[in-house]
Amino acid sequence: MIVKSLRETMLGMWSLLVGMKVTAVNFKSTQITVHYPREVVHSLEGYRGHIELVPSDEDPYKPKCIACNNCVRICPSACISLTAIKPKKKAAEKTEAPDSADEVKTKGKKEAPAKKAKPELESFVCDYNYCCLCGLCVQSCPTGALRYSSNVYLAGFTRQEFVLDLLSRLQNQAQKKEQ
Amino acid sequence: MNLDLRLDTSGDFYARKFQPTKREDTLILNMGPQHPSTHGVLRIILEIDGEYILRAEPVLGYIHRMHEKMAEVMSYPQYLPNPARTDYLHGLAWNWAHVAAVERLMGLEVPERAEYIRVITCELNRITSHLLWWGAYLLDLGAFTPIMYAFDDRERIQDILQRITGSRLTYCYYRFGGVSNDIDDRFIEETRKQCSRMKPRFKMFKDLVTDNFILRKRVEEIGEIPADTCRKYGATGPVLRGSGVPYDVRRAEPYSVYDRFDFNIPSYDTCDAMGRYLVRMDEMQESIKIIEQALDTLPEGDYIMPKAPKKPKPPAGDVYFALEGARGKIGFHLVSDGDKSPYRLKLRAPGFSNLSLFSEVSEGVLIADAVSILGSLDLVIP
Repeated sequence: MIVKSLRETMLGMWSLLVGMKVTAVNFKSTQITVHYPREVVHSLEGYRGHIELVPSDEDPYKPKCIACNNCVRICPSACISLTAIKPKKKAAEKTEAPDSADEVKTKGKKEAPAKKAKPELESFVCDYNYCCLCGLCVQSCPTGALRYSSNVYLAGFTRQEFVLDLLSRLQNQAQKKEQ
Repeated sequence: MNLDLRLDTSGDFYARKFQPTKREDTLILNMGPQHPSTHGVLRIILEIDGEYILRAEPVLGYIHRMHEKMAEVMSYPQYLPNPARTDYLHGLAWNWAHVAAVERLMGLEVPERAEYIRVITCELNRITSHLLWWGAYLLDLGAFTPIMYAFDDRERIQDILQRITGSRLTYCYYRFGGVSNDIDDRFIEETRKQCSRMKPRFKMFKDLVTDNFILRKRVEEIGEIPADTCRKYGATGPVLRGSGVPYDVRRAEPYSVYDRFDFNIPSYDTCDAMGRYLVRMDEMQESIKIIEQALDTLPEGDYIMPKAPKKPKPPAGDVYFALEGARGKIGFHLVSDGDKSPYRLKLRAPGFSNLSLFSEVSEGVLIADAVSILGSLDLVIP
């Protein structure tokens, strides 16, 4: 009985020493964590940040978006809202929708692909507070006008700061590129 | 206005409905809902006599998020991000269960390459899930260091997964008819590297923790769950396999391409917390075996069906799909009336069944052992 418990204790002590050896070996290995404010990680490839608009090939200030509202409809959290201006001439020719001035909000999609003159995007707002980063909007876009940003270090004090006006963001980006 | 400012000791609804034993010298204690070892927002009402538990009753519903109801008001693709939120540690399995249930109802044939990609990513996710459980369980038992080693590996796997899935935790990667993104050579190379890196790590984990006699005293012969109790409560996954029943959905009703791989179903008939611990440690190694086999035989082809439905409308009918998650059997019962959103969706979360047996198992054990039992069940409270 005593021999057995002594043996058990000794084996237990030995298991602790084995564990300590693992700690000692790892103690000598190099550091693998990153000291955040002083250095940042670079493996951000594939990171899905909030969405942003892709500039068109001709004009970096203009988005590729054709205001088809596909993204608005697919979004599970309903966090995208966009408005578009119909080209004036075409709007006059149209017989069915003269009442709602220039704004095509929900009818946008049906008209957009059929016409040659694209409706011009007026505003594109993503409410990042509700976004679940599923990426369905990016995949549903027929013209590839949306992409993920790699904006990881997004922080703010109020909810309003996360209501992102993506159109002006695009224009700011284009301006920065020019300078 | 109630001006009676004396301390209200009658408690809330659950505390008042709690039926203590007939003894008089006992104390009712609330464990949680913010207790660090109750994993998520779980609350357990304990009736204790000194350090011993006489009765325990889990209280659920603190973060009920109506995932089933949400499915009824959303279209099928809109519900894609939801399943991963029900189990944040093994999100891909839930994602898969949802997608596969819809596919089975519509009779879609998923390309072989997509199935292989699903197996690889899901198994990688299983390893991350078990690693986090390993670290967190040992945290519950009072060991801090192991979680650092666990996170070292976990973060590397998450880096691999992030590159192709786009997220690190709540994945939304699978689509009806395939996956959203193809894997490339870099992914394959990194995964292989990670697999070969992990193999000696298990030896290290064994030396550092599994053989440690302080841990063994905390888990061996603690929380014995006989196989009958598991059956009674419908417990699955490592809890069932830790009780000596080698039941795994991947083997029992093989879905996807799991029948092509050679892997073992680890099971231990010690029925205690150590059995469940060892099952998970072995399962990680089995997962690595599956991943390596899948990478070796990865076929070429489409990663998503060429005519994958963007807005699926399954025919009227109902379908059940079950698969093996890190915590047990995940089930999706989908009832469709042919509309763009399901008529009814029932989720079977393994954690619920596994938790239910806690009140029976924890009768008469020490509070410290109850923590050990709770941790060994690996609960994620959705």
